Amino acid sequence: MSSDEYFEVTIPSDTSEGQAVQVQIVEALEVREYPERDVFGVRLALEEALVNAIKHGNRMSPDKSVEIKCWINDERVRVEIQDEGPGFNRSDVPDPTLLENLERPCGRGIMLMGAFMNLIEYNEQGNKVTLEKIKGVAPEQPDTEGE
Amino acid sequence: MAAGHRRVDIEEVSDVTIAKFIDKKILDEGNIQIIGTQLFGLVDEDGRKKIVLDFSNVEYLSSAALGKLITLDKKVKKAKGKLKLCSIRPDIYEVFAITRLNQLFDIAETQEAALEGF
Repeated sequence: MSSDEYFEVTIPSDTSEGQAVQVQIVEALEVREYPERDVFGVRLALEEALVNAIKHGNRMSPDKSVEIKCWINDERVRVEIQDEGPGFNRSDVPDPTLLENLERPCGRGIMLMGAFMNLIEYNEQGNKVTLEKIKGVAPEQPDTEGE
Repeated sequence: MAAGHRRVDIEEVSDVTIAKFIDKKILDEGNIQIIGTQLFGLVDEDGRKKIVLDFSNVEYLSSAALGKLITLDKKVKKAKGKLKLCSIRPDIYEVFAITRLNQLFDIAETQEAALEGF
């Protein structure tokens, strides 16, 4: 398959609806034979981004929704996720790896998205994130202290 | 807790509790809440102090799930117990390494290795 795919979908502020979109995107990547590691990273990043949009952006509000746009071809996958929240400033998110922040719930999701995606970008308001994964290309790794 | 809501299998090996995740994907908010409740109960209600978390089945793990593990670790330490993690796939281990939580948790290769550490 070499044609480009595009779809957009608007979901309510419900994480189980987000799961269904993840499955749709992951299946499209598998059809195009994206490496397992790419599929793992995209699924994880989508989960984090959707939970952020639904929980932190829309505060689970039933009258707010999340708009998802997705472009997929054989080279890359690009996903835009926009919520109806006030947005946030990425630099205000504490570094989750600092000892004093280890207990805090926020920050780790964004960190994981950055580690597994080739691109993670927020709009100025901070209520839309763009994620991109290039097929088979490992993102530049942050300095992790693996064993 | 109703048996139908169990997301973690519990097994006793001498005085150590082995909690094995049933789900392949620890992503869904509802499941993460149930897992959290079940794991916290081991410490808060059952008073267990030596716990091994077995990740053999786990293929996906989100940051929300990591939050529950951190809380569990805190509870176990407060109770002067010991928590160990084991059988973590390389992809999942990377999630721990990226977030530096591999330095917080005591992680063993296998269940046997984890049990030897008590």
